[in-house]
Amino acid sequence: MNFQIKLEHFSKSYKTEHGTLPVWDDLNLTLESGQTYGLMGASGSGKTTLLRILLGLEAADAGSAKVVVPSAGPTSQTSPLSSLHFTAVFQENRLCEPFTPIDNILLVTGPRFSRGEICSELSRLLPEESLSRSVSTLSGGMKRRVAIARALLTSSDAILMDEPFTGLDEDTKDTVIAYIKEKSAGKLLLVTTHQEEDLTLLGAELLRLG
Amino acid sequence: MKRATPTRRILIILFWVIVWQIASLIIRNDILFVGPAQVVRSLFLLLPDPDFWLSIAGSFGRITLGFLTAFILGIAIGSLAFCIPFVKELLAPLISLSKSIPVASFVILALIWIGSANLSVLISFLVVFPMIYVNTIAGLESTDPKLLEMAHVFSVTTLRRIRYIYLPALLPYLVSSCRIALGMSWKSGIAAEVIGIPTHSIGEHLYMAKIYLATSDVFAWTIVIILASALFEHLFLWLIRTAASISEGKSSRKGGVMR
Repeated sequence: MNFQIKLEHFSKSYKTEHGTLPVWDDLNLTLESGQTYGLMGASGSGKTTLLRILLGLEAADAGSAKVVVPSAGPTSQTSPLSSLHFTAVFQENRLCEPFTPIDNILLVTGPRFSRGEICSELSRLLPEESLSRSVSTLSGGMKRRVAIARALLTSSDAILMDEPFTGLDEDTKDTVIAYIKEKSAGKLLLVTTHQEEDLTLLGAELLRLG
Repeated sequence: MKRATPTRRILIILFWVIVWQIASLIIRNDILFVGPAQVVRSLFLLLPDPDFWLSIAGSFGRITLGFLTAFILGIAIGSLAFCIPFVKELLAPLISLSKSIPVASFVILALIWIGSANLSVLISFLVVFPMIYVNTIAGLESTDPKLLEMAHVFSVTTLRRIRYIYLPALLPYLVSSCRIALGMSWKSGIAAEVIGIPTHSIGEHLYMAKIYLATSDVFAWTIVIILASALFEHLFLWLIRTAASISEGKSSRKGGVMR
């Protein structure tokens, strides 16, 4: 499905003890389906907040967000953000710790994949022996890869990743980037990072906040 | 605290049994105090009596029935109260009242209302229910909101949310409250039986032992109560843990799980 996400005149601020802390004022952004975007900006520039608003977990103070779907006629259809299926890699892994990586994927994909299919997908990112252990016994980097696989294997229109490469060493990072590129092909992918080289490797268009 | 090794623990227990025996030899009064040798003798005299086993079965059955009913209803109503805050508000005064009323008052009231036959069922229910209810709510409230956000973003079905997110959060609360509630249900159940004296009950025998000043029987029955309640506790906690590991899929895989 082809679509555009249009954010217009967005503003957001947080109330603190010392008054209000503006995150952004009049932010305008257009995201195209099938594209890869890299979101960069200093800490506190609202990268995570922007992802949370796109996911519908938080509301902006002002501004409009809409999805524009081009149609054959001269007019295009618009619909709310919630009409899109998003998946995400959160800043934290947010996995169900007592369960195995396979169960964690099954939790979100449902019967779309068999246990065997998930097993073979995960074994591209993780050592085979780790797949039947509970997530709580895995290393930080392994958990991160499970969280990334979860976002990629679930059917979606758009995938948002909040600093997905934290805790990954250089070798696994290359494998993970190749996997992300393969699985996100044709979808909208938005990645936040602190390292510009990650975006070059992903072939992402750079967006700067703040 | 470091746990003592098994041999060390056995030696320590042996030491106290010897202290107990010496104390009874010094006191030399079978009505005030009896030693371990006499208690074991009384216990062996009780063993062949069918009434002994009937009474254990009777008390075990009643207390277990009360406990299980409270366990199931505590989880069910606790979950309901978690989902519907009004139910929680509505029940709050009853729960805090039931926690502050002394068990003895409950026993007397229950004796007036339902008689002695099923007294210990009601008492063990009344003692266990608020504990399970309160801990069910606390366990469900301890669910990680970040995991719930994740479930929302990925549109996880309610059934899977319960199994993968709520249940693992609830389980530790349930296990720790059960451990306390199990002991409490036995202690209060037997106390109720001593007051109500239903036939074929451990409490009836304790009461009789008091009437006849058969102190060694009191000791013997006390040991029976401790053993029965420990057996029930282990059995029940084992059941819960087994159910939990099955729900986490640990026993369904070949090759075992590395820990």
